[in-house]
Amino acid sequence: MAVAFLDFEQPIAELEAKIEELKHVSSDSEVNIQDEIGRLQAKSRQLTTSIFANLTPWQITQLARHPQRPYTLDYANLICSEFHELHGDRMFADDLAIVGGLARIGDRPIMLIGHQKGRDTKERVRRNYGMPKPEGYRKALRLMRLAERFGLPLVTFIDTQGAYPGVGAEERGQSEAIARNLFEMSVLRVPIVSVVTGEGGSGGAIAIGVCDRLLMLQYSVYSVISPEGCASILWKSADKKEAAAEAMGLTAQRLSQLGLVDEVIEEPLGGAHRDHVAMSERLKSAIIRHLSALEKIPPDELRARRQEKIAAFGVFSESG
Amino acid sequence: MSWFEKIMPSRIKTERRTRSVPEGLWIKCPACDAVLYRAELERNLYVCPKCSHHMRIGARERLESFLDKGTGVEIGANITPEDPLKFRDSKRYKDRLAQAQKATGEKDALVVLAGKVNGLDLVACAFEFRFLGGSMGSVVGERFKRAVDYCIEHRQPLICFSATGGARMQEALFSLMQMAKTSAALARLAQAHVPFISVMTDPTTGGVSASLAMLGDLNIAEPRALIGFAGPRVIQQTVRETLPEGFQRSEFLLEHGALDMIVDRREMRDRLTAMLRILMKLPPAPPAAAPSKPSAA
Repeated sequence: MAVAFLDFEQPIAELEAKIEELKHVSSDSEVNIQDEIGRLQAKSRQLTTSIFANLTPWQITQLARHPQRPYTLDYANLICSEFHELHGDRMFADDLAIVGGLARIGDRPIMLIGHQKGRDTKERVRRNYGMPKPEGYRKALRLMRLAERFGLPLVTFIDTQGAYPGVGAEERGQSEAIARNLFEMSVLRVPIVSVVTGEGGSGGAIAIGVCDRLLMLQYSVYSVISPEGCASILWKSADKKEAAAEAMGLTAQRLSQLGLVDEVIEEPLGGAHRDHVAMSERLKSAIIRHLSALEKIPPDELRARRQEKIAAFGVFSESG
Repeated sequence: MSWFEKIMPSRIKTERRTRSVPEGLWIKCPACDAVLYRAELERNLYVCPKCSHHMRIGARERLESFLDKGTGVEIGANITPEDPLKFRDSKRYKDRLAQAQKATGEKDALVVLAGKVNGLDLVACAFEFRFLGGSMGSVVGERFKRAVDYCIEHRQPLICFSATGGARMQEALFSLMQMAKTSAALARLAQAHVPFISVMTDPTTGGVSASLAMLGDLNIAEPRALIGFAGPRVIQQTVRETLPEGFQRSEFLLEHGALDMIVDRREMRDRLTAMLRILMKLPPAPPAAAPSKPSAA
């Protein structure tokens, strides 16, 4: 698969195109073309390192939304030795914007739940661009309860623009479905590790993200509203998305500084989409590490600690 | 109440209070255009006597008219907002806060009072919509959590009147986390078997509707209130078709099973306390305690 480059990656794209070109002519020419390719590849790596060392929050948002970024089912495939997808909320439908199922990570049985975007147009439509409806959240809740009943730790992958704003979703209680998950996740008696793998968009994200450990991939974002949404409300113009992304502090690095994230997982050079396998290995080892630590805590204490962690969110002052 | 306030003519007193309805002797009902005498409207809890339109009212007025007179004691008043992100759009968040504080007389968008209704001890909180659209940031979340803590400790029911656009953008992820924080607090309240009644008033949308507002043991709304996750404008832009008549109004939600009932503001005190007494297995209210008799306090 050819890498799709973002606008700020253009210098890298040009270099890579040149390398590709050279690879094709190399068959019938002298040896020193190989050296030239090696030299250009080193230069490309260097260029990528320097561009990626100074990304703006908006550029990181673009990376978080990269169409080649690994999604939940990619990770399920690469991280888990088994994954048995389970479908449906038992009430209305099977929402394909959220997937979940029984899985094994290492030797450990878990319940895996995550948002799922589509790769091509047809798939995107089928998965509603990763924007769940109430039945998606209710399916997730059903799987969480199943996990609790059988003592399976819960791993959730967050990657959505947000919950779907549609007529049917409202009719079937989008608000209630999200709220119910927040409520129930706070009192589950099994360990919960949540990972923001791409876009953590608003209530639609946190509805599967109440957890004991919150991890973020290096180029993922997490906030209360998209930069475009924020810009159109506060600046009255969606064009101010760069400024909004800056102001909201939505990057993993910034949120980690603010104490809202437990661990930031470094991505391969150029972003997770450049190397799904390497990304999955890092993610897998981080998940296993956190689950091992959480499993040592008795269920009631685990729940109490989670409640404390959630109750501590917020910055305010208090006078005598 | 000081001696000075006691002797002060009531006309002066009412003018001192902050209001969401514009000042003036006469008010036009925004629904039926009837011209209404302010004093009469105030007695009627800002419900139009002609068409029963429920006008928006401020948090403190709401709570003062809901609780038995003089029983309210504020919880969390000393919790005040910060600006952790040094957020700035066309204006600085700090300036927006200062402006909202000046305009409303409140420090943030949620007011919590412990008090009595028809003699029943309870905690009531209300969102101040004029404070940055009643948006939920860290202070709202913390005050709500303190309200829950108080209810668990004293085994008193909690009632929340929401009037809000959702989570507060200027506190970004901190605001989003308040959805988890308020919901987690309500989960503890539920485990303690203490009732929570959510009363949704116009409007209740976004991150608040998708957390504490929809988590009532009883979900109640005032008539014709706008209630939903996404605002109608966003939905309109997404689906690109005209929205059904009465979409996202209380009556629509009742029909779709999201609410237990719609209650007229003028019947709120009696209806809520009657149901709370059943949930708490208390005998019915003694007739003497009925409608807003000033208590000894």
